[in-house]
Order: sequence, then C-alpha cells, then structure tokens
Amino acid sequence: MKVIVPVKRVPDTAGEKKLDPNDKTTDRDSVESVLCPVNEFAIEEAVRLKENAGAEVKVLLVGPDNADAIVRKALSYGLDAGIQITDDAISGSDALATARVIAGALQNEEFDVVIFGNQSTDARTCLVPAAVAEILGLPALTYARHLEIDGDKVVVHREHEEGYDVVESSLPAIVSVVEAINEPRYPSFKGIMAAKSKPLDKKALGDIGVEAGQVGRDGSAALIQEFQPRPPKEAGQKVEDDGSGAPGATALADFLQEKKFI
Amino acid sequence: MSELLVLIDHSEGKPRKVSLQMLTAAKKLAGESGGSVSAIWLGAGAGGAADVIGAHGADKLYTWESDDAYGFVTLPQVEALQAAFDASGADTLFFASTNFTKDVAARLALRIDAGVITDVSDVKGDGSGRYTGVKEVFGGDLITEATIADGKKQLFGVKPNAFAAEESGGAAPETVALDVALSDDAQKSKVVSVEKQASADRPDIAEAAIVVAGGRGLGNEEGFRLMEELADELGAGVGASRAATDAGWYPHRYQIGQTGRTISPSLYIGSGISGAIQHRAGMQTSQTIIAINKDPEAPIFAIADFGVVGDLYNVVPKLVEEIRSRKG
Ligand SMILES: Cc1cc2nc3c(=O)[nH]c(=O)nc-3n(C[C@H](O)[C@H](O)[C@H](O)COP(=O)(O)OP(=O)(O)OC[C@H]3O[C@@H](n4cnc5c(N)ncnc54)[C@H](O)[C@@H]3O)c2cc1C
Ligand SMILES: Nc1ncnc2c1ncn2[C@@H]1O[C@H](COP(=O)(O)O)[C@@H](O)[C@H]1O
Repeated sequence: MKVIVPVKRVPDTAGEKKLDPNDKTTDRDSVESVLCPVNEFAIEEAVRLKENAGAEVKVLLVGPDNADAIVRKALSYGLDAGIQITDDAISGSDALATARVIAGALQNEEFDVVIFGNQSTDARTCLVPAAVAEILGLPALTYARHLEIDGDKVVVHREHEEGYDVVESSLPAIVSVVEAINEPRYPSFKGIMAAKSKPLDKKALGDIGVEAGQVGRDGSAALIQEFQPRPPKEAGQKVEDDGSGAPGATALADFLQEKKFI
Repeated sequence: MSELLVLIDHSEGKPRKVSLQMLTAAKKLAGESGGSVSAIWLGAGAGGAADVIGAHGADKLYTWESDDAYGFVTLPQVEALQAAFDASGADTLFFASTNFTKDVAARLALRIDAGVITDVSDVKGDGSGRYTGVKEVFGGDLITEATIADGKKQLFGVKPNAFAAEESGGAAPETVALDVALSDDAQKSKVVSVEKQASADRPDIAEAAIVVAGGRGLGNEEGFRLMEELADELGAGVGASRAATDAGWYPHRYQIGQTGRTISPSLYIGSGISGAIQHRAGMQTSQTIIAINKDPEAPIFAIADFGVVGDLYNVVPKLVEEIRSRKG
C-alpha cells in the first residue's frame, strides 16, 4: 500500500500572527514556523498503516524552499520520503489554488490513500482535501475520527456536529482526519537522525504540470482585501468567593440578570 | 431578476436557526441590488418547511427531495447545487459553514468556477450583486474582509448567529423541483449509517446563544453532569476544553478551540478552564465571557467580562439554585 500525507508549515500559535500587507497572506517571516499540529494525527495514522500493513509513506509539502525543515520534521516520525513543491508563483494562493498544486503533485505519484489534516491551524478553511479530491476525480472521506482500510475498501467514521456518519468507498481515496482519531507519538531519536538522509524530491510548478497563472493571487478566487487586528479586550470585574460558593454565585446571578441572560 | 441562493441546513424536517438567519440577510442584500431570494432544500421534508422559509424572505424554493441527497458522500449535494445554479442563473450562494457543507462548497466551486469564503461573520453588499465577506482569522486575532475575483461565482459559508433571523411576512414560496440526474461517480461513496449522539433538547455549541464549557478543573466525567445542569437552566449548549475531551470526559465534537470548533455565542461561561491560547482561539469572539476558576492568575480572567475566583464545585451548584429561584 502507498500512502501520501500532505503537510503544511504554519506559524506557531503561541506567537503573534501577521498578514503580509503586500499579498495579504500569512507573513511567515514574522513568527516561528512549525509543522501544522493537525498533520501530526495524519502522520500517526500513516505510521500505523506502515506498521500494520507495510505501507510506504511519503510526505508532501507545498511551501517555500526553507520549509524543507518541516518536511524533515515530518520524516522524523518514520516516514519514507519527502516531496516538496516550491515556486515563487505559488505565494498568495487561496485554498483552491493550493489544492491545484497538491493535486498536480499527486498526479505524478502512485498512491492508494492520501491522508490530510481536516484543517490547518492558520487558514482553517478545511477546503483543501475536498478540492484536491474534486480535481483528481476521487472520493473524499473527510473528518475521519476512525479509519479502516480493508483490501481495496476504506471505511471512515466522519465526525459531524451531532455525531458521526459511517461511510465507505473504494480506493484510491482522499481522507482527512480530526484529532480525535489517535494519540500521536513523538519522533524517536533514531527517527530524527534517519530523517536527515531520507530522500527529498524538490520540484517546481513546471515539473508537475501546473501553470503559474492557475495559482498565486492571480489564480485565486478568494481575495483578502483588508485586515485589521481585533480591538484588545479589557478584563472585567472579578469577584472572590469565600469558599461557600454563595458570594460567587450571587454576584454571578446578578451579572447574568443585569445582562438579561436570565 | 437575479436570484440569491440560500442552501437550507435542516434537521428533523426543520430548518436550523442559521438557515433562517441566512435568509433574512439574503433578503436585505438581494433587495439592495433589485434581486430576489431562492432557498434550496435537499432531502425529504421541504413541504413542511415552506411556510417558515417564505416568511423569512424566500420567494422561491428549489427542492430535490431524494433520499440519495444524503445517501452518498458529498457529491449528490454538489450535483443538486449545480442544477440549482443552472436553473436560476444565480451568481451567489450562502451556505451554513458546517464540516460537511464545506466539502460540498469546495467541489462545487471547482465545477462552476466560483470562489469560496468559509466561516464569515458578516456579508456586506454595495448594491452591485458582488459581496464582501467578513471573517476572523488566527483565532480571532485579525478581522479580514475578502471578496471573490470578478467574473467568478460567489460561495459564502456563514457562521451561525452572524445575522439575526427576522420574518418579513412573505407567503409560502413558489416551489420548483430540481432536475438532478445523479452521476455514477456520485454513487460511489456510500453513507452506511448515521450515528446521532447529540442530545435533541440541548442546542449545538455553534448555534447556541449561550455556551457552558468545562475543563480539566472539573476533575472527572461527572463534572459534565453539573455543566449540563447549568446549561439546561440557561438553555445553553455544552462545550469542553481539549484537556477534558482528551481525558475522554466529553466528546471531541464539543471541543472549543484551535483544533476544535470556533464559537461566538452571546455568552460563554467557562469553569475549570485556564484559558490557553489554543482554547481562546475558539471562543474569544464570544460577546460576553464569564470565567470560574480557583486560580486568580488564570489567563482566562484577562479576557473575562466577569470572573469568579473560587472552586467551581462550590460556585456552580449554588449558581444553578440562584438561577432557578430568580426565574421563579
Ligand atoms: C496544537 C494544539 C492544539 C490545541 N487545541 C486545543 C483546542 O482546540 N481546545 C483547547 O481547549 N485546548 C487546545 N489545546 C490545549 C491547550 O494548550 C491547553 O492545554 C488546554 O486548553 C487546557 O485545558 P484546561 O484549561 O481545561 O486545563 P488546564 O490548563 O489544566 O486548566 C485547568 C484550570 O482549572 C482550574 N481549576 C482546577 N480545579 C478547579 C476547581 N475545583 N474549581 C475551579 N477551577 C479549578 C485550574 O486553576 C486551571 O486554571 C491545544 C494544544 C496544542 C498544542
Ligand atoms: N501548503 C500545503 N502543503 C501541503 N498540504 C497542505 C497545504 N495547505 C493545506 N494542506 C493540507 O490540507 C489540510 C487542510 O488545510 P486547510 O484547508 O488549509 O484548512 C491540511 O491539514 C494539510 O493536510
């Protein structure tokens, strides 16, 4: 079985985030970058397929040249090889344009299943996995909180607001996972050392047959025009309870009543 | 007259609140550009909802009342929406920004040459029929305004409670059955079963006006019975921090935060939650924030409009009593 895990480089949540005033996308130089934490769940699922079904797993990243550190980080979990698509034309892409690049890269690979994170922690559009599936003409079983691959069939429990749907499809297929699916392990020391010498195939748009005009801000449909920081919030009133619960509860109930919540 | 399309999100034969909110906003926006509002209902039960859909501003109701609509994954809905765009000649669709509908929008956009903006908290119009979506990014740290490139169709995923729902006195809309010939591809990924686990009488955290959330400070799963008791007293939904969902005390679908759900209720009440940045990313756009925490230094107090420093097991049971007695 062949598995591909697309991963994204995102700004560290703990840092201050900025948008680049020129192209209105994430200013990646302003904060420390990390492997998107949601992708760790996809990687863990892939590692389990490696252990249990002998899968060969590649990681795929679309991003600038120095994002190769993130590919290596992903490889340190024990994955086999990396693919990185880097091209100046890509910067400023919306989710659908990013999906065109990922789909183009996948068209040059063999795979049975592609495991995405359900979202990225910066863009959070959740659009990329389904868009990639659409471009490739494949089924997309997204928001998986449970994934089973049996022969050429895949069964997924798709999490929704009221519970989950059990869905099944044939392979090849696109899957995205939510963090409830597993508990990712940490990379081992051996894995970190081995990651340094794993094959990493760096490509540009021309190598995967995607036209520059189809991506970047010019190839994107959704365009950020303006942005501003949220006005900072002031801390309000604070009441100290005396251990009986009564003063706290009374003050709270007064506040709720004053605000017309009761 | 150009039509503004609204995909009705529904459950148990009733439109969800977000659908009526979208219709109300669409009515105002379409009016400014001399257009009309057309609702779309996929699956069974359109007839029973036509009156309320008309009352909230829809002039027309496109239906595809086939069980196939939700019998296969995503694609039947995509193909039905393609049919609705064909039948109406519309440029714009509003949909409820839920997990599954975002997949539908992504695929639809690529088929009809549209752009998608998900999770908008407002939509502005200038009378031209082109719209601007307002969206909070980076956990609410930044507010962005985005448009869709000229010449492309516009798909906006709307967050619950972005708009108020108001009746505008319309009659039941004209109903038009969509002509959907489901492709073979659309019948390949089957929905084997639907497991509904949510309590029918408690609102979902995204739609609820009030959300009661519990964290590690609850100490155990039973703590959530106390949260539910408080929630039911207020008609609230119940959410959790990741520490609580990780511990298995509450289902992951109720997790609030960066890797869970993002909510903007009128009121959020957090108990035993420290207010880590990843949690705040999912709730800091709440209008009013209340925190109950025994640590006066807990970061949640920095964004709380009202804080109680105390043991939640002392304060919350008394609060439930107070609310009960004040409601009389
Ligand atoms: C990549 C990533 C993604 C994440 N995504 C999310 C997410 O989506 N949502 C999320 O919530 N977290 C998320 N987290 C985790 C987050 O960093 C925090 O660890 C988590 O929010 C802590 O949950 P908590 O506040 O319940 O627990 P704690 O931080 O342990 O806080 C418990 C609080 O309860 C108080 N307390 C204890 N006992 C009592 C009592 N009897 N009465 C009153 N107060 C009491 C304590 O003073 C403390 O402040 C994420 C982390 C990472 C790294
Ligand atoms: N630049 C990228 N390179 C590789 N994978 C990506 C990229 N952007 C998004 N993805 C994948 O798409 C998923 C959903 O992201 P999003 O649609 O941005 O919320 C992520 O978890 C990744 O698996």
